[in-house]
Amino acid sequence: MRVPLIQTQGLEKIYRLGDSEVRALAGVSVDIAEGEFVAVMGPSGSGKSTFMNLIGCLDRPTRGAYALGGQDVSTLDRDALARTRNRNIGFVFQNFNLLARTPALENVELPLIYAGVPAAERHARARQMLARVGLAERSHHLPSQLSGGQQQRVAIARALVTQPLLILADEPTGALDSRTSLELMALFQELNRGGMTVAIVTHEPDVARFAGRVLRFLDGRVVSDETNVALDAGRQLAETVPA
Amino acid sequence: MNLAALLRIALRALAVNKLRSALTMLGIIIGVSAVIVMVAVGAGAQARVEEQIRALGSNLLLILSGARTQSGVRLGLGSNFSLDEDDAFAITREIAGATAAPAVRGGAQLIWGNANWSTAVYGTTPEYLPVRQWALAAGRVFEPAEMSGAAKVCIIGQTVVKQLFGATDPLGQSIRIRRVPFTVIGVLENKGQSMMGTDQDDLVLMPLNTARNRVLGATTLAKQRAVGVIWVKVDDGLDTNAVADQVRALLRQRHRLQAGTDDDFSLRNLAEIMAAREASSRILTILLAAVASVSLIVGGIGIMNIMLVSVTERTREIGLRMAVGARTRDILGQFLVEAVTLSLIGGLIGTLLGVAGAFAVATLAGWRVLLSTDAVLLAVAFAFLIGVFFGFYPARKAARLNPVEALRFE
Repeated sequence: MRVPLIQTQGLEKIYRLGDSEVRALAGVSVDIAEGEFVAVMGPSGSGKSTFMNLIGCLDRPTRGAYALGGQDVSTLDRDALARTRNRNIGFVFQNFNLLARTPALENVELPLIYAGVPAAERHARARQMLARVGLAERSHHLPSQLSGGQQQRVAIARALVTQPLLILADEPTGALDSRTSLELMALFQELNRGGMTVAIVTHEPDVARFAGRVLRFLDGRVVSDETNVALDAGRQLAETVPA
Repeated sequence: MNLAALLRIALRALAVNKLRSALTMLGIIIGVSAVIVMVAVGAGAQARVEEQIRALGSNLLLILSGARTQSGVRLGLGSNFSLDEDDAFAITREIAGATAAPAVRGGAQLIWGNANWSTAVYGTTPEYLPVRQWALAAGRVFEPAEMSGAAKVCIIGQTVVKQLFGATDPLGQSIRIRRVPFTVIGVLENKGQSMMGTDQDDLVLMPLNTARNRVLGATTLAKQRAVGVIWVKVDDGLDTNAVADQVRALLRQRHRLQAGTDDDFSLRNLAEIMAAREASSRILTILLAAVASVSLIVGGIGIMNIMLVSVTERTREIGLRMAVGARTRDILGQFLVEAVTLSLIGGLIGTLLGVAGAFAVATLAGWRVLLSTDAVLLAVAFAFLIGVFFGFYPARKAARLNPVEALRFE
């Protein structure tokens, strides 16, 4: 059997708040294989965000081990973590987090700038990714000139541009209406079918239904790990009346 | 991430808050322009003093006759004719590297044609010109026969030429001084103002005996060979103070003064006085620049303040940049370049304003100003350093943010 893309062993995260300690994660051992589409669910304070921060190399665990693509990353320093994020992980956020007053193309290029890719190659790759998310015509638009759905597509293009090992999306549909959310899930499913590993944090069961696997968190632990028969967002989109 | 990319990010960020960026720069603009104007004014004053030293001639000693006490009333320096021309000759003869020129002074009315002019009359020897480092613009100096024979010849200064002759060539002309006709044999070069602001070109030189016998006469003379002042030039490379001591010792010996008694003359080292003036004007320049620098530092604090606000405002942006792979030094560089861009643009605008201000001072106040590229470069370099120094703390604060918290920041 191949080594899973993500392998965590007894992952713990303890925050210190004054004198008291908050155990955000209390020993999580989860494997995610390449090509999976995982939804991470749970109420707020359940530890799902902490888990995603650790998986995304934004933070380091207090205890436990985490291997990404077979490499232990739980003890890397700040800059090494930044490199790992840059090469291996594409982030999608609830509020898009695009740079204001910066054209879509330059927003997509941002990770490549930190990867040290030369300008000409950067432009070409960013343009290609914008085309992939259906925004080839909008590359010089500012985020303020784009709709919420379009902004999130730019953010996805930015996540994809470094050809990462996985996409981590934190409530990606939280700021979008239901039809736009459906379009976005169709895009994630399409990427997943192309082989991309996708992990989505959500508290909406409607969104989780499109994932092949659902992890439920409660009080810092995984309380259920189920395999789903995922709904096809693309087909649902075709069935609904166009907006 | 290269500098051009960082600069583009910085300019875009600064363009977002144009008014705020402009106000932040204002501190640096004022600071840099103040430094440039102050240094220009100070350097101008210093250059003036240096020019006066050159005009006076360096390594110059001035010996004045002592004060005379008459019935208990002490009269001023020069009232007692304790010096005579033989003292001057003795100095030239006996002290190596010293050349002395004796002089008697007085005032007289000059008449040429229907023009007349009141000026200072100096009776002296031909050594007067080399001692004062003064050259003739035209003509010649007194010949030995004219010296001994009290010939009625004179050399006139540029002011006298202008006032009396206008455009006419004065050489060979006859002017009347106290009803005595004199032939103009030489014209002095322009020397300008003395350090006291008096016009040094407003004078007539004539042989010592001519002045004493024919012009100043008995009214100011007590002794036949007496002189009011002796100018002494010390050769270049010699210690003026050491020569001054030798001159003093020689004069005391010639005047037969007992040890412990006061000098009956006054010896002044002019170069020393001028050097003190130069030093004080240099200190003034430094002081002005230091005061102006304070405003630069205040401007730097303004930059730090705004950069701290900017870092807080853009916490989310910093978190995003970190999430997509920005390392500590990328964020540090970004904010440092932004602060330095602020201070450098401010520095350049300040330079333009400072140069304009210096010209305005020169024109409106009529002061002498001296702009040097060094001062301009120094002010801009200082602005750059201010940007680095005051930008570093906010930049480091940004670079040390925790990406998780930065992304969640509202």
